[in-house]
Amino acid sequence: MNISNQEYGRIVKRVSPPSSMTKTIPMAFVVGGAICVLGEALLNMYGAIGFSQDNAGAMTSLTLIFLSALLTGLKLYDRIAQHAGAGTLVPITGFANSVVSPALEFKSEGYVLGLGAKMFIIAGPVLVYGISASIIYGVIYYIQTLL
Amino acid sequence: MSVCEGKTFRYSNASIISYGSVAGSVESEGPFGDEFDEIIKDNKGSAQTWEQAEALFQQKALKHAMDKANLVPEKMDLVFAGDLLNQCIGSSCGLKDYYIPFFGIFGACSTFAEGLILAGAMVNAGYVDNAAAVTSSHYSSAERQFRFPLNYGGVRTPTAQWTATAAGAAIISASQKPPFIKAATVGKIEDMGITDANNMGAAMSGAAYDTISRHLKHMSSHPEDYDAIITGDLGEVGSNMLYELFKRDGISIEQHHKDCGLMIYDREKQDVHAGGSGCGCSASMMCGHFLKHVENGDLKRILYVATGALMSPTIVQQGESIPGVAHAVEITYK
Repeated sequence: MNISNQEYGRIVKRVSPPSSMTKTIPMAFVVGGAICVLGEALLNMYGAIGFSQDNAGAMTSLTLIFLSALLTGLKLYDRIAQHAGAGTLVPITGFANSVVSPALEFKSEGYVLGLGAKMFIIAGPVLVYGISASIIYGVIYYIQTLL
Repeated sequence: MSVCEGKTFRYSNASIISYGSVAGSVESEGPFGDEFDEIIKDNKGSAQTWEQAEALFQQKALKHAMDKANLVPEKMDLVFAGDLLNQCIGSSCGLKDYYIPFFGIFGACSTFAEGLILAGAMVNAGYVDNAAAVTSSHYSSAERQFRFPLNYGGVRTPTAQWTATAAGAAIISASQKPPFIKAATVGKIEDMGITDANNMGAAMSGAAYDTISRHLKHMSSHPEDYDAIITGDLGEVGSNMLYELFKRDGISIEQHHKDCGLMIYDREKQDVHAGGSGCGCSASMMCGHFLKHVENGDLKRILYVATGALMSPTIVQQGESIPGVAHAVEITYK
């Protein structure tokens, strides 16, 4: 080839269209915000029907996770996500989707080697590093309380 | 530094006597939806899994091609087939019940041209009376192997391409009837240093440029000598890259260039980003659309250049770049 990879890379950069941030950022804000509003509404509702604040928070998370799993199963979540982007990815609903979607997808390879083994292919790293970070934070916090 | 020029094969006795195509739902809603021989609306047919579904697409594509030529599997001498799945299981599972002598081939999305070249060569050499080239791809089986589960809510980048759910099959034999395979140039592996698995077009356009350049040089022809130079699935980014690369040589191919990846879908209405891809994309477009027009003489001389990104998720995760390859087949009316 009569072109270096560096120069080729420069042309690729020029001709590759970037994501349209004027569209994606507002959509993420609106949809992500709407999910949070729904969460607040659920929290108030559970509080109003007699749940303690802690339990109302847990029930809110559970409800959002359930709705996300249901919409994933109905093949609607990914369609919404195509427009919502980070708006559906970042909240707890995105985490639920990332566990339910491989579980559905890999069921065809069996319940053990398929569903069971591959359920956390996307969420796994979040769990590993999230839990590791929380342990490190806990140790630092504990040492601080001793001082 | 001397550069390997390769050879351009000339064929004197190889004709595409029959061809068949099968496509899925998204493809059926594209601008060429009514040109395919069969549409499988639910993308699955009678299959239980996506892998079996892709196998079914290949099986049906070859069946359509055989039926049109009044051939039965017992009368077939050889089949070259490939797909994107690990170990090419779309081909081996799809064609196993035919009991036709089989070569599995892999060239990513360039596989259909690879099959045409090899099948044409075997016929032209007189080793066999007929040989088929069959390839397929399936959006759902490719997504789960190369990317994410279908219902995962990740967002694709604008440079990403949509794997076509489609299959194409062509049967080559010595015949006096067009379309004829006239010449072919085998592609070299060109690694342009692209590491973004969501920008396959860019990974392949270097290979397309190299193969087309060599083919034109060896045939002493120019882009304007062809009714169409049809690339497999460069998509929007890859096609623009190809124009840029030829522009450096002072050659303009835009007027004569068509890309199956840009044609198979309606990119305004269908959310396919940079266009279609997959072995089935250009195979179904050739067998559903272009070969028909060469057969009836609307197109007198075309250059079909199927492009493949030789991508493995493993090496991409290891930080390696994605090599590309492109094979050119010149198909004529006379």
